[in-house]
Amino acid sequence: MLTTEIRDIISASKERGWVLEPEAKRLCSLAGLTVPRFAWTTGLEDAVRFAREIGYPVVAKVISPQVLHKSDVGGVVVDIDSDEKLREAFHRFSQITGFTGMLVEEMVSGIQLIAGAKIDYQFGLVILLGVGGTGVEIYRDVTMRMAPLKPKDVAFMVRALKAHQLLEGYRGSEPISMSELTRTMVAFSDLVMDLEELIESIDLNPITCSSDRCVVADARIMLTAEKA
Amino acid sequence: MNLQALFEPKTMAVIGVSLTNSRHPANVIYSKNHLRYPVTVFPVNPRGGTLQGERVFANISEIPERVDLAVIAARAEYVPDILSDCIQAGAGGAVVVSGGFAESGRQDLQDRIVTIAKDEGFPFIGPNCLGIYTPSHMDTFFLPSERMVRPDPGNVALVSQSGGILVDQIIKFSGEGIGLSRAVSIGNKALIGELDLLNYFAEDTETHVIAFYVEGFGRREGRDFVLAASQCPKPVIILKAGKSPGGSRAVSSHTASLAGDYETFSTIISQHGVVEAKNEFELVSFCESLSCYQQPIEGRIGIVTGSGGHGALAVDVCSAHGLSVPTFSEHAQTEIRKNLSSSVQSIASVANPIDLTGSAIDDDFVLATSYLSRRKEIDCIVVLLLPYLPGITSDLGVRLSQIYQQEHKPLVAYVPHLEKYGMLIEGFELNRIPVSPSIEGAVLMAEALRRNKPC
Repeated sequence: MLTTEIRDIISASKERGWVLEPEAKRLCSLAGLTVPRFAWTTGLEDAVRFAREIGYPVVAKVISPQVLHKSDVGGVVVDIDSDEKLREAFHRFSQITGFTGMLVEEMVSGIQLIAGAKIDYQFGLVILLGVGGTGVEIYRDVTMRMAPLKPKDVAFMVRALKAHQLLEGYRGSEPISMSELTRTMVAFSDLVMDLEELIESIDLNPITCSSDRCVVADARIMLTAEKA
Repeated sequence: MNLQALFEPKTMAVIGVSLTNSRHPANVIYSKNHLRYPVTVFPVNPRGGTLQGERVFANISEIPERVDLAVIAARAEYVPDILSDCIQAGAGGAVVVSGGFAESGRQDLQDRIVTIAKDEGFPFIGPNCLGIYTPSHMDTFFLPSERMVRPDPGNVALVSQSGGILVDQIIKFSGEGIGLSRAVSIGNKALIGELDLLNYFAEDTETHVIAFYVEGFGRREGRDFVLAASQCPKPVIILKAGKSPGGSRAVSSHTASLAGDYETFSTIISQHGVVEAKNEFELVSFCESLSCYQQPIEGRIGIVTGSGGHGALAVDVCSAHGLSVPTFSEHAQTEIRKNLSSSVQSIASVANPIDLTGSAIDDDFVLATSYLSRRKEIDCIVVLLLPYLPGITSDLGVRLSQIYQQEHKPLVAYVPHLEKYGMLIEGFELNRIPVSPSIEGAVLMAEALRRNKPC
């Protein structure tokens, strides 16, 4: 069931047509998904204080209602390991159209996956799992299933990916936590089932998976067009 | 809604016959059923009169017998009233051949006939369709009999959104010796669509394989269809048109871009055990194969051939489709070789493919096929037959079929030049062993068995 807070986030974003990243992360977290520690900072001092609190290195991302694709405008900096670099990022972001703050968050490492949801005309709500990151549309290593997902569906989906060996531990690398991935996908499926009438599509990209957790490092929630 | 009357009517009314134009669609339908099928047909036209010496009824209600199936081929604007008359007269169902509905901007007219029929639980196919073809029983296609190719009665039901594609597939089925249980052109599928026919054919004792040509499902219809298909005990095959992305629709998320309409369609139907044919050739091969065998296989293929080149090409097609061609153990190879005829014993290659060479005789093919039928590491056998080899006779089809009857391991054959080697081919096909005119087709027949399960 949707909490009041989730409904509030959606209705506040309705006019824009999509949910700002910090709010999308908050929404994911309310739905039981793991997100990195993050803060929406509007001043440099706040940003530095939070970065020191969670410890460098950190990631900084621009927050702007006019920027849906942050990487395209140079709005993402990873591996920031000093106050100085954080300051540089802040100054640069503040020049970007519509700047309303900077997201500072913990760096997470692991294998990057994408989970998505869309309303398909013929099949209704469909959930996608694939190899994520910025190269997602280059590799196109994805599979789909109709929602709702059961735990065994997630196992089938993983096996359908060309990269499944990477997830299961390839040449000495540690396998990702299948139980965490399963929990994440089923929680995501439950969330989108509840949001079906409100959303057009969702990308959780990347979900960064390691041997102990799967962290939703970015979320893009596109809402259905407001009915006139 | 009971669809039985649509497929096996004893009495038919053809509404809209012309008193002057013998080539009118309704007249073609009337004539072929009247003259050539075991059904009683009544022509209907509001003006009455006579047609070919038979009384033309002014209204379906005047027909002295209960009408099982009404075929309506009158102008679109008259169809709502005609449909009401049919219901009033107690008809079992209708085929609305007429066009002039949603496909030409008259959604309102289409909605009206759906409402009329739904209120009374009255089934109809169409509008804007060829309707139904039940071999040796009746058909509502407005195509003159002498222009049609008539396939044998069999166990494949074919459902198509396009009448033209349906007739083409019937021609191909006939050419390949695939028997048909029913063929349905559903046109605008205003009332009865793929899902209704899937449910009907799932129960239909005449039908063992259900194949569809689909242009697209309605809103969320695909979901209901795959859920029903996954419960259906018979193989379900779909050929989908419209695989390329529809224009340059702007998409704002990776998911919308990656999970395109066709990718989603293809992935989801296969997860529910529906066999997707990528093209017409696959459709024909899959229908033929699944009309003979229905047990799913993992796809470990044993190949028996009279030519190394044929074997090599077959292995290529297998590997392109993810079928394996496991190499036999030294022990197994010795077993196979020791019983071969003396002319090929020293020259045959027996690792898989088993290449018996151009010197092989019938007995060598029988021996190799029997041996593979009993090997656990193989779950389907592809026999590549070159009927022009001097040691091969037309008896081989029957002899190899008998191996299947005993061992029950699926066997598919490739035989070239269909007409010339007809007796060899019939030796297989009359004993329910599928035969393809191409190497690729034979491998696709094995592939159909692998895909006939959720994946």
